[in-house]
Amino acid sequence: MKSKLLVLFVILALVLTACGSGGEKAGGGTFKVAVVMPSSIKDLAFSQSMYDALLKVQAEKGGEANFQIVYSENMFVVDDAAAAIRDYATQGFDLIIAHGSQYGSSLQEIAPDFPETAFAWGTTVDTFGQPNIFAYEARAEEGGYVNGVLAASLSKSGVVGVVGPIETGDAKLYIDGFVSGARATNPNVQVNVNYIGSFSDVALASEAANTHVAAGADALSGTAQMVVGAIGVAKENGALWFGTQSAQTSLAPSIVVANQVYHWEVVLNDMIKLINDGTYGGKSYALTLKNDGLVMEYNPDYSIPADVKAKADETVKGIIDGSVVIMLPSK
Amino acid sequence: MQNIFKQEWFSRLIDVMLPVFATLAALGVGAVMLLLLKVNPFVAYGAMFEGAFGSGNSIAETLVKATPLLLVGLGICISFRGSVINIGGEGQMIIGALLATQMGLMFTDLPGWFVIVLALLMGFVGGALWGGIAGYLKAYFGVNEILTTVMMNAIAVQLMNFLLRGPMIDPSQAQLASKIPQTARLLDAFRLPRWMPTRLHLGFLIAVVLAFLVYILLWRTTLGYRIRAVGKNPDASRYAGINVKRQIVLALLLSGAFAGLAGAIQVYGVNYRMITDGSASGFTGSAGFNGIVAALFGQLHPLGTIPASILFGALLVGANKMQRVVQVPSALVIALNGLVVVFVVSSDYWRRKRQRRRLAQARIEEDDEPDEEPGAASPAQTEVVA
Amino acid sequence: MISELFTATVLIGILASGIRLATPYLYAAIGETFGQRSGVLNLGVEGQMLLGAFAAFYVSLMTGNLWLGILAAAFVGALMGLGMAYVTVNLQAEQGISGIGFYLFGLGLSDLLFQKLMGSVQTVKGFPKLVIPGLTNIPVLGEIFFNHNILVYGAYLLVPLAWFVLNKTTLGLKIRSVGENPEAADSLGISVAGVRYFTIILGGTLSGIAGASLSTALLNVFQQNMTSGLGFIAVALVYFGGWRPWGVLGGALLFSLINSLQLWIQVLNIPIPSDIAIMMPYILTILVLVLTVSRVRAPSALTKPFTRSE
Repeated sequence: MKSKLLVLFVILALVLTACGSGGEKAGGGTFKVAVVMPSSIKDLAFSQSMYDALLKVQAEKGGEANFQIVYSENMFVVDDAAAAIRDYATQGFDLIIAHGSQYGSSLQEIAPDFPETAFAWGTTVDTFGQPNIFAYEARAEEGGYVNGVLAASLSKSGVVGVVGPIETGDAKLYIDGFVSGARATNPNVQVNVNYIGSFSDVALASEAANTHVAAGADALSGTAQMVVGAIGVAKENGALWFGTQSAQTSLAPSIVVANQVYHWEVVLNDMIKLINDGTYGGKSYALTLKNDGLVMEYNPDYSIPADVKAKADETVKGIIDGSVVIMLPSK
Repeated sequence: MQNIFKQEWFSRLIDVMLPVFATLAALGVGAVMLLLLKVNPFVAYGAMFEGAFGSGNSIAETLVKATPLLLVGLGICISFRGSVINIGGEGQMIIGALLATQMGLMFTDLPGWFVIVLALLMGFVGGALWGGIAGYLKAYFGVNEILTTVMMNAIAVQLMNFLLRGPMIDPSQAQLASKIPQTARLLDAFRLPRWMPTRLHLGFLIAVVLAFLVYILLWRTTLGYRIRAVGKNPDASRYAGINVKRQIVLALLLSGAFAGLAGAIQVYGVNYRMITDGSASGFTGSAGFNGIVAALFGQLHPLGTIPASILFGALLVGANKMQRVVQVPSALVIALNGLVVVFVVSSDYWRRKRQRRRLAQARIEEDDEPDEEPGAASPAQTEVVA
Repeated sequence: MISELFTATVLIGILASGIRLATPYLYAAIGETFGQRSGVLNLGVEGQMLLGAFAAFYVSLMTGNLWLGILAAAFVGALMGLGMAYVTVNLQAEQGISGIGFYLFGLGLSDLLFQKLMGSVQTVKGFPKLVIPGLTNIPVLGEIFFNHNILVYGAYLLVPLAWFVLNKTTLGLKIRSVGENPEAADSLGISVAGVRYFTIILGGTLSGIAGASLSTALLNVFQQNMTSGLGFIAVALVYFGGWRPWGVLGGALLFSLINSLQLWIQVLNIPIPSDIAIMMPYILTILVLVLTVSRVRAPSALTKPFTRSE
């Protein structure tokens, strides 16, 4: 038994030393993109926002012949994602997108080994000073603020509820922006927030929304993929819903007022241009209302009062020209 | 020259190969699912094999994946032999990793080897603590370990989220608005040595060495004998003067310790920092559960768990590669893993059946009494005979 | 702020939401209770729930008939139970591991079917709140207890029913004797395999309905991995309840009430970090069990396969 194992190790050692990493860069006119995502491409939230954007870019570039997309979805295991990123890199993709803040560490390890490959990491501002890493983030608090303004204006009860996953990252930005927008509109409005500690627990997200309704809320919002449960509750109780990340109107056409939709194509197009010109990274991007990366998309089936709509538009304009400053909690 | 099929070694070989046959059968069912998805199963499985064994790098990836499975599996060998069901590996990995990471963050001016040893020890201790609580509650309060370990997995996840968002957060993230919940990166000196240019780290070797030690522990020491005795028959053990409660605590404590070590090695060998996506599996890769499966594949034998975890690691690594190459939804891969587990665990039926037949055969030859009843020997009994 | 917890709105809210949250746990845990009483541990509850949730959702969406959806969920759950029964009874496979296998299978397959058949998250119009004349209108009590949909009531009616079947019928006696002493039961002419097949399939059926209660009554959506560990908690609650339906009810309510309490604590801005609040139901469930320990013995033959001696 023991000697067999020894033989196994020797063979293994030989194989390992014989094979290094390497790979050929795909030539020709096709731009090849690989994306690694923490959730499903159909999550109506963060991952879908990127996948939809890639499809849009693909359509603009004239289809699969010119712009090839491959993806690894549900890569919530950080270690598996790292393996996927490294594997894509050896296959000579032009751009490899690590679409999750938890992948940063892995990218920091991998990118230096593949100086001819461009990597992108979101959501963050940190390129680790690497010449072949792009960083991107969404200023989720901007649309959050606008949604907060809308919610505070439309709420009749003066109570607004927000459901969040874990108190960090993109979710925290959005929710902090939402709270500050609502408070700025109406100092008397009560904004209740609860985090459920998970990105997947639809049942608890739904019960969190029920809690808000029982506490008197008639306008709800929330972020990340488990909020589909909360949208159902809003619909059942006739409360208004304010979405973010992807367009969520299809889930409850009668009560969704507006969505902050991430249009990553703004960022993607610039990255692709730079890569084609020979720059593989070093730049960090932010989706904002100003650069049309964040777009407030209103539900055409919900008739929003003209004065409220005007106020929202004014807020958007104010955020763009800097006259509206979003105060985030310093904690 | 005897017929090859009647020889002992051939018969043993079939026993050892049974899980492999079962895996192939499950992949056969998977092929039908692939066809329904309009994917060529040969291409898909080709990619799977390539991803797991196709190059030096893929073999390294497989072994990296196998490392936590093996470590958790060793713990499972101990606890299941002691008739204690530990499904808290996920939580124990997390607690071990948190304690180990804290060592690297605190002692930045100590020598690298010292911090690594200290950290792995603390991982061991952290897991032991988390498992030991469940053991203590079972032994002295009669609280079932399945309940406590399930609940303590959830508690560990929230504890991790709390610590990584607050007290242990990366100082550079603390200043940013987004506050990614991660610790600072460990110093380069604190990394487990790696087999460049792959990710294969010393942790795998540590795990293999530990497998031999666990084998010795279980079969060559009194402690191991006691744990197994309590597992087989607690009442008899009590009469024999064994402190049954203490063995139960020890079984869960040791089992947790190995999971905790797996967590620590995951940080010092692979990730170099702790980071959370809010779920347990984001960090553990579900090794806390899959390790149970690996141990069972290895028939709860520490040495059998080595090839079993490599097989299961290969399956996981290969499945991810399959997703990348043929773009099948990752969901199919998960369902396929489930099938493999069910098929392999079922295949044990034939192993036991063959073992019974062999035993009967041996008796016939020994006693020269052709009509003796074969009798239903349990695996436990045959072990004593063998 | 803490005093706000004791206002009528909050207390009613906590109780009503605790009762709702406990619903899927009850279906799944009562089903699991039957299995364990006959000696079979099924860790695959979560997978059965997910497939049940998907089946109910998809059939309801296609046919517009919620009851057909429930039927589909029950059928799919039963089918999963049948598989589990074959593997654990006939092939005598290790029960815990087989369960993990079935869990992974259900987790993957439900997601795969969801992606291939539906493509994106959609909603159905689920079971409406069922007004019970005379009861729903009672102030406070009506709001807490009688303002739910029919599947919620069903879960609570299941508890006395399960108690009755287990303790007052011959069937229950057979189940219990198979779980305590299969050899003796066998010698009395009870089919150990038959009883176990029955309980495992019943457990699967109820787990399927548990999933349906999520996707067509409480949440009215389906999403991948929507149960998110709920099935494992349900198994844990069987141990909490000491293998008795009323005990399971107590555990499910305790866990759910504390869970809704922690949601309220956050809403009321009581300064506890969210992660710590989320831990509360798990910690308290263990603590309560430690403090009130009743030392109920597990069914003797639990997890042990039965081989008929010649």
